[in-house]
Amino acid sequence: MLITFYVAAAIAIVSTVLMITRLNAVHALLYLVVSLLAVATVFFILGAPFVAALEVIIYAGAIMVLFIFVMMMLNLGDLATRMERAWLSPSAWVGPAILAVLLVIEFAYTLGSAGRAELVHETAPKEVALVLFGPYLLGVELVSMLLLAGIVGAYHLGWSNPKERESIDALESDRQRAVSGGNLVRTGTGRTAGAAQRDFHADVD
Amino acid sequence: MLQLLWLIPAIPFASTLVLALFGRRMSQRMVAIAGVGSVGLSALISLAIVPASLASGTPFTQVLWTWIDVAGFRPEIAFYLDPVSLLMVVVVTFVSFLIHLYSAEFMEDDEGYARFFAYMNLFVASMVVLVLADNLLLLYLGWEGVGLCSYLLIGFWYKDPVNGLAARKAFIVTRAGDTAMIVGLFILFHTLGTLQIQDLMHLATVHWAVGSPYATAAAALLLGGAVGKSAQLPLQTWLPDAMAGPTPTSALIHAATMVTAGVYLIARTHVLFTLAPDVQFAVAVIGAATLLLAGCSALTQSDIKRILAYSTVSQIGYMFLALGVGSWAAAMFHFMTHAFFKALLFLASGVVIEALHHEHNIFRMGGLRKELPIAFWTFLIGGCSLAGLPLVTAGYFSKDFILWGAWTSPQGNPAFWIVGVIGVLLTGLYTFRLIFVVFFGASRTPVTHRPHYRIIVPVILLATLSIVGGWFKRSLVTFLNSALPPLSEVHVSRLSETLSSIFAGLAFLLGLGLAYLFFLGRPEYAESLMRGGFMRRLHAFWLADWGFDWLYDRTLVRPFIWIATLNRRDVVDNAFTAVARWHQAAYYALSRTESGRLRWYAAAIGAGAVVFIGVILFT
Amino acid sequence: MRRNVIFTLMSIEVMLNAAGLAFVAAGARWGQADGQVMFLFILAMAAAEVSVGLALLLRLYHLFKSLDIDAASTMRG
Repeated sequence: MLITFYVAAAIAIVSTVLMITRLNAVHALLYLVVSLLAVATVFFILGAPFVAALEVIIYAGAIMVLFIFVMMMLNLGDLATRMERAWLSPSAWVGPAILAVLLVIEFAYTLGSAGRAELVHETAPKEVALVLFGPYLLGVELVSMLLLAGIVGAYHLGWSNPKERESIDALESDRQRAVSGGNLVRTGTGRTAGAAQRDFHADVD
Repeated sequence: MLQLLWLIPAIPFASTLVLALFGRRMSQRMVAIAGVGSVGLSALISLAIVPASLASGTPFTQVLWTWIDVAGFRPEIAFYLDPVSLLMVVVVTFVSFLIHLYSAEFMEDDEGYARFFAYMNLFVASMVVLVLADNLLLLYLGWEGVGLCSYLLIGFWYKDPVNGLAARKAFIVTRAGDTAMIVGLFILFHTLGTLQIQDLMHLATVHWAVGSPYATAAAALLLGGAVGKSAQLPLQTWLPDAMAGPTPTSALIHAATMVTAGVYLIARTHVLFTLAPDVQFAVAVIGAATLLLAGCSALTQSDIKRILAYSTVSQIGYMFLALGVGSWAAAMFHFMTHAFFKALLFLASGVVIEALHHEHNIFRMGGLRKELPIAFWTFLIGGCSLAGLPLVTAGYFSKDFILWGAWTSPQGNPAFWIVGVIGVLLTGLYTFRLIFVVFFGASRTPVTHRPHYRIIVPVILLATLSIVGGWFKRSLVTFLNSALPPLSEVHVSRLSETLSSIFAGLAFLLGLGLAYLFFLGRPEYAESLMRGGFMRRLHAFWLADWGFDWLYDRTLVRPFIWIATLNRRDVVDNAFTAVARWHQAAYYALSRTESGRLRWYAAAIGAGAVVFIGVILFT
Repeated sequence: MRRNVIFTLMSIEVMLNAAGLAFVAAGARWGQADGQVMFLFILAMAAAEVSVGLALLLRLYHLFKSLDIDAASTMRG
């Protein structure tokens, strides 16, 4: 048991450190996934199978996948890697390193003065459920509202209005027409032909 | 009738207010009526009060209201009428009236007509308050008021910065004296508990012995104030430069009235001076030294008004000499005659200046005897009175009285008498030098302007008074001696009064003769005298007022300006703005932390978290 | 500090994970289920935060055409 724990912990730390220092974002994401899986293993060893499963399913399974989708949408490529190389000079690591060391010292001090403890028992999912829908019921409701807010916010921020986009493009094309010396009466952007586009320009002219 | 006493300062003061507020909208005629009429009314009232006051025979006090009432300090607005103040009030208001009438025509072309009369009326009101004041605080109020009006009127033509400088010089120099005076008032109040003059005099004789240090200190400080206001040594430098003001101002303020305020102060507080014989001796010494010094300086000047200014300084020196030897009535008598003939001289010189279109240099005037007969005869009468033409003129009687007192009084001294006689010689010399150069000889500048009745009447009146004023000597002295200690004639051995008068008369004739010789008869003697190097340097030295201006410039003005330039950035002010600037610096520093960069904020959060954890763990 | 926004968001996930790990360990030490419940809340919060954060990231990219978080620093001073 203990060996599994140490190995999983080591994997978690190493993969997190690797994740931080990568230049390519996708590589970093994949290392993060590994780290999360290792932490799930640690949870399992600690006697919390419910959270271990939750960690894999939601954290590694949903959130990280979301990240990867967004990265794929952005489609940055080589340019991004070169920019990262330019940005990541060794001197950029000095401040964070100092802060991290200080934190580790405080952490070690806290743990050291706490004393040893033995693993008591494994808490089954049933126990968790009883506690969740018992004393922490209010918290559950609030979390559901938080998730609702998250959904609405994400939807709103993510949705780009087609009319909005069209009007931006129309302004661009107006400028193009002015530059080329076009007649304002003449409809049509010159970018897309067809009378179907005429409706979108009505309010701009 | 005596109840009308308060109207004497109140009417000119009301006129000042009216002219200050509405003067711009009033026609020149209205302004003249208000300005001259108010002082005229005051003069009438003061003349009307004379018989009532003589009849009552005791000093009259009129209390208007209590000014301050704090912890036992209770000065009131109260007027005190006794022979001394009655004489001063009558002379001041009457001469002021004549000068106001004169200036109604003299200042006709000036755009500041209403402003001029407002200032002059304020001056008359302040001077009357000073003279009639029952307590030293009210006197100081009038003292400051006349100082203010002097400043305003010297710098009347403010558009020329030179006039502003002269006004500031007058104010600052008299300020030095005023500061000494207020310290003297502090001492008097602190030791005797009151500032009411009559009470003070009584308490002083009760509590202090002759030669007491308190009396000496208070008297010396009051003397400082008097020296400043009356332009005596060492504070006489402001009066010649004060001639930058209009001629009526010079006549009224710097000849007849304000400069005699110091004499009045000493006469009023004469008890203090008798209690401090050293200070009284100092008064006499200052008077004697000043009269010689100013006389010598007057001999070299070429500006007509400056000659008259130095002459004023010299004559007030005579008054101080009289006060110093204990001949109080003589000082007041000389004040009266001096007011008449000096105002006359200034007004006549104003006629000359106006006629020659603002020419001040006497060596560019000449031969005005035929062109301006009125100016000539009145100037001649005034000059003779100033120099002391025996038996005819008022000035002779008053000056003679002073010389006699300088010899016979217990505090008198033959040295003082000799100095006085030399002063008579000098006075005759510079006066007739002035008359001969201006009115005789060839005409150098043509006459462009002649005076009319408003100018002619006052000068003729003053000329008459300069002659007849002396005939009332005996009754006047008796009158004054009911309020001031009479002159005790002690040293009668070697000189009698007649002999002293004869010496004075001889000095006058010698002065007249020398002036005739050097400036009319044989001018080449004067030129040959001036060719010597020593004489030229002496001439320059006397022309520069015995180097006092140079001395003050080197010892006071330049170090002060040097210190002020050291403090250019104003240390004290910086101490206060440092607070504001520190705040601003802190603001800039703090606003720099709001950089708008997310990484910076995150780093700050991280560092803050580390610090907090550390604090919780380790403390 | 890294300038890429993606890395910032990823680092936030790591931190939340670490906090959750601490809670679970504390809960396991006393054998109670409260630690796991806390971790659940943290997880839910992380999910909401990630969705909104990534949406913002997309808008940022759309506006500035780069993923540099220093590009959006006009709210200064």
